[in-house]
Amino acid sequence: MITAKTNHQDESLENVVIRFVGDSGDGMQLTGTQFSDTSAMFGNDIATFPNYPSEIRAPQGSLYGVSGFQVHFGSVEVNTPGDNVDLLVTMNPAALKTNLHAVKPGHTIIVDTDSFTKKNLEKALYVTNPLEDGSLENYRVIEVAMTSLTKEALKNVEGLDNKSITRSKNMFALGMVYWMYDRSMEHTIEFFNKKFKNKPHLIKANTKVLNAGYNYANTLELIPSAYKVSPAKMSPGMYRIIMGNTATAWGFLAAAEKSGLELFLGSYPITPATDILHEIVKHKHFGVKAFQAEDEIAGIASAIGAAFAGDLAITTTSGPGLALKGEALGLAMMIELPLVVVDVQRGGPSTGLPTKTEQSDLLQAMYGRNGESPVIVIAASTPANCFDYAYEASKLALEHMTPVILLTDGYIANGSAPWKIRSVEEMPDIKNNLLKEYNDDWQPYKRDEDTLARKWAVPGTPGLEHRVGGLEKDGLTGNVSYVPENHEEMTQVREEKVQRVQNFIPDLKTKFADSGDLLVVGWGGTYGTIYSAIKQLKQDGYTNVGLAHFNYINPLPKNTEEIFKKFDKIIVCELNNGQFAKVLRMNFNNIEFLQHNKIQGLPFGKTELMDKFKNLLK
Amino acid sequence: METAEKKYTFKDFASNQEVRWCPGCDDYVVLRSMQKALPEMGVKKEDVVFISGIGCSSRFPYYMETYGIHGIHGRAPGIASGVKLANPDLSVWVMTGDGDAMAIGGNHFIHVLRRNIDLNIVLFNNEIYGLTKGQFSPTSLVGQKTKSSPYGNVQPPFLPGELAIGSQARFFARIGGNTPKDMSKIFVEAHNFKGTSLVEVLQNCVIFNDGCYTHVTDKSVKDDKQIYLEHGKPMIFGKNRDKGLVLNGLKLEVVTIGENGITKDNLLVHNAEEKDPTMHQMLVRLTYPLATGVIRRVSDLTLEERLEDLTNHVKANSKFKKTDDLFFSGETYMVK
Repeated sequence: MITAKTNHQDESLENVVIRFVGDSGDGMQLTGTQFSDTSAMFGNDIATFPNYPSEIRAPQGSLYGVSGFQVHFGSVEVNTPGDNVDLLVTMNPAALKTNLHAVKPGHTIIVDTDSFTKKNLEKALYVTNPLEDGSLENYRVIEVAMTSLTKEALKNVEGLDNKSITRSKNMFALGMVYWMYDRSMEHTIEFFNKKFKNKPHLIKANTKVLNAGYNYANTLELIPSAYKVSPAKMSPGMYRIIMGNTATAWGFLAAAEKSGLELFLGSYPITPATDILHEIVKHKHFGVKAFQAEDEIAGIASAIGAAFAGDLAITTTSGPGLALKGEALGLAMMIELPLVVVDVQRGGPSTGLPTKTEQSDLLQAMYGRNGESPVIVIAASTPANCFDYAYEASKLALEHMTPVILLTDGYIANGSAPWKIRSVEEMPDIKNNLLKEYNDDWQPYKRDEDTLARKWAVPGTPGLEHRVGGLEKDGLTGNVSYVPENHEEMTQVREEKVQRVQNFIPDLKTKFADSGDLLVVGWGGTYGTIYSAIKQLKQDGYTNVGLAHFNYINPLPKNTEEIFKKFDKIIVCELNNGQFAKVLRMNFNNIEFLQHNKIQGLPFGKTELMDKFKNLLK
Repeated sequence: METAEKKYTFKDFASNQEVRWCPGCDDYVVLRSMQKALPEMGVKKEDVVFISGIGCSSRFPYYMETYGIHGIHGRAPGIASGVKLANPDLSVWVMTGDGDAMAIGGNHFIHVLRRNIDLNIVLFNNEIYGLTKGQFSPTSLVGQKTKSSPYGNVQPPFLPGELAIGSQARFFARIGGNTPKDMSKIFVEAHNFKGTSLVEVLQNCVIFNDGCYTHVTDKSVKDDKQIYLEHGKPMIFGKNRDKGLVLNGLKLEVVTIGENGITKDNLLVHNAEEKDPTMHQMLVRLTYPLATGVIRRVSDLTLEERLEDLTNHVKANSKFKKTDDLFFSGETYMVK
């Protein structure tokens, strides 16, 4: 255990992963967010991921009440929140116990020794005190009596009760970490000034504790080194830190503005999708209509109604909710209305692991409806590109008059990263199929030659009165039809309509290698980790590994097979039991697909993937 | 809603589709009453939308020369809510049955009434499942023999009006399926009411539950067995207009004018606009006479009005006019 004074030295690092962990009430999310924002403004590339219990107020000190926030920042490109923690900041024994596995030996742990009481140790199911029994021998442990030092720092500040004093110890920890990584405290102090505008004593208290932590780290030199992580080379422009769910919501706002339509959201709260609803309801100033319905079904039903009436209509949910929406989604497909369904995937089946990530709704999205019921399925792959794919989902729905399922997942939805802000002006145009007035040529199911989309004839338009419904319809008039040949033809047309979207989406592009020994295939939210793993392999000399990451699932990009054929081996990596691999096998039955699957409610780790790939290259 | 310049006739609202209900079904009466009521409403044809679920009555939209969606089972209130919120200028009708509204769609039924969106709901209550060929429904009577209750139904029924008023319905009317003129009048009233209006039609199913309302709706007994309520008028009924309702303790009681010193002035006067639902609930539950007409009509803000107020308020106080204002606001930083 390293607790003695060491010689202070500066060290330069390319990237660092810090995890702040403590009790649900310890303010770890806030601490983590402050550190990431400060680092982003300093110019680092960052990726973050919060990890909190599904219990809202778990008992204090308990193992399942531990809340954490991880930030990965670097002077180089950062693609994931990172799998190995360089610095673990723990506020209590339970936090140490549940997070120690993420720290590799030799790395640093800061502990609040005041919290290592007999009672807290028992709650964390420690038989002996890990600070005393030698179990942390292989780590650099920095022991700090954080609670007492915080109390000491605040002893002359008036108007504070005991609770607010102990609650500000997270700022002590943040101050220490700011010093260790050579960060300015300015952004956080500015944050206090805004947040506690009418409570000057709290501004004073928090600033004092933050400074106390910073100075403590500096003067006592308990810390082996102060690290420097220089700004990253990022494409110039205006940035902000954005969470995946916020980016999704904003993508829809942008699509509504660009298309000149009003945005309608029909939704029902469900983890981890609810933040999209929270974000969209804030924006009534843009005329957004958000309708929190009585259940998932009414959520999508209202969106279908709004789509019929001419709005850009969306509904947001997670796995169990998508199951409930299945029948209505089939109706939207049948009556060929533009509709976007967002599924922020979580661990399944059934209620599964609501706060954990997984990619196991893919087949449900593809096939989870009665009858032949094709819809467009696309997936976002980073927190920031949730914006682009929400926009793209809207564009495809409106241009092709069909429901689109947008898959994200708990990992990218709750994670955050820098987003180079996109102005609506620079976004691609969105055409829609609105028919403004009657013409002789119009029939409810008459189709566009290229897209096979029907016209969007909305109530209020004279002469376009027509009825649609879930019963099979005549291919032109839309009237109910039980004619056998018509049903077969309509089934084919609906399939063809979705397949033709291939002509309107970008080709698949490989990264790192265009041909070679191994093609790694991924889709959706695993992009960052897979990318980092192959990048590392390339740096280590493996130049024969390519990455094909899919954002378009149904239909697949046109050149998919062509790319597959350029590699000797193909491995499909996904956080499920092989669902995308199944889809690929159905489409390309002459190609062999190996699989790498993880079903633990957790994202891939970079090292785990590198080991897997290296084995295949032997 | 803009008023129609063109004067329509009922034919303007009939689509070219062949009506396929069983001969003699009361659904024909509802269809014709609606087609006759629409010209009276003064609404433009292109502004009318019919939304339905699944069931015999839910085929209704196909027969109307207006906009329409034949939706999925029980979900018409959700679809209709979306249509109306997207475009509040439309006249939106939900056509539903007892199974569609109160069994599979029970959740949507109570919530749509609670919210008070300006929708009109016509509930075809035939106390049976028709389209699936004769199972008991949530309004079937205890003891009723059906395909799925051959020894008699053991599930106590809902009374639609009771459930509706319990769910905050501001407008509830009930009408026999064999009285087209009154039905048209009530449809016009439902249309004119701002808020969710629910019209229960006592609809005879000639195939699976024939005659279930004969004891109250047949022309020979109708006047004696029904009381047709009108706002502001005394609660009087009977072929000879000599029967009426008075309050005896906490119960309604039937009295005869001229007996025991009762005059017309002793009768209760119907107040459809009373906010307290107690009397309306008593009227809804009454079996003799059966109350028809507009039983409850209480004005309240609609959800659209509440939303519009809120949206205007937010718009007036917001610095965000375009998405760019939002995207570039707050914590942004420049990378050079």
